[in-house]
Amino acid sequence: MSFLSMPTPQAARRLFLGRSGLVLSGAAVALLAGNEALAAKTKGGTGGDVQILNTALGAELEAIAAYQLGAESKLLQKPVLDLAVTFQGHHKEHADVLAKTIAKLGGKPVTAKTKYDFPVDQLKSQNDVLKFAAKLEQGAVSAYLGAVPLFGNRDLAKAAASILGDEAMHWAVLRNALGEAPVPSAFMA
Amino acid sequence: MKLRGAIALALGAAWAFAACAAANPQHGEEVYGRCLACHALGYDRVGPRHCGLFGRRAGSVPGFAYTDAMKKSKLVWEEKTLDRFLANPMKVVPGTAMTYEGVTDAKDRADLIGYLRQASAGPECRK
Repeated sequence: MSFLSMPTPQAARRLFLGRSGLVLSGAAVALLAGNEALAAKTKGGTGGDVQILNTALGAELEAIAAYQLGAESKLLQKPVLDLAVTFQGHHKEHADVLAKTIAKLGGKPVTAKTKYDFPVDQLKSQNDVLKFAAKLEQGAVSAYLGAVPLFGNRDLAKAAASILGDEAMHWAVLRNALGEAPVPSAFMA
Repeated sequence: MKLRGAIALALGAAWAFAACAAANPQHGEEVYGRCLACHALGYDRVGPRHCGLFGRRAGSVPGFAYTDAMKKSKLVWEEKTLDRFLANPMKVVPGTAMTYEGVTDAKDRADLIGYLRQASAGPECRK
């Protein structure tokens, strides 16, 4: 059965995840499984990897809070609201995996702030919220892009690139929802 | 010796002036899009706010949780220090939480710094 012919996106996602276990395992090995060899290698090599992961975790936690703000703003209408909640779910998954990996590597994961500053006074319509989210996602793509080459461990770099791909899709979908060209250029910086 | 110092000062000023004059803040605003996962002009996020950046000692925004590395860097943010830091943050301040490869293109950096300079005097920073 094709992913495109599935009755709901959730069903398609389940099918995709079920079929692509082998593909995902490359990134998952580093992040999800208890990979002692990776932990040992990274501990002995560069503590910089833990710092990179922690910075990414801080940004993911803030993104979760930003989407929460959007979801509770009453400015988002379905199906955009569903989209925001779905994307927030992805960021929660990223944050969860990053925190577990940091802990496995012997680091202390940062935690969510009790309060985030957001430009609430500038969010007056659905489009304002979408633009705000799109900017965060664009920044996330660039941030991961700027972090990938820094990892001492290539498995972690690959895992970060996997998250980068997800953020890029968020950005494209949000741009599309805003009526902008979803993919504005052939390269990202 | 005094003459050498004066020449160095003049060259530094000329460099800063040339960088500002050549900068394209409009393109710099596009480049700033890369920073938006962590930074904003007017408020602290994962990274500190950029309003008030020029002339500010690194690691000195009140209430922001900087790394020790940044607090001890003794940098003061001006065109020249920003250019150096943005080119390779982790090399200039080892241990910084800004775990980012850097804005590797010199023109992109100049434009970004030009935008930050312009935005510092803009409405968002005058609030």
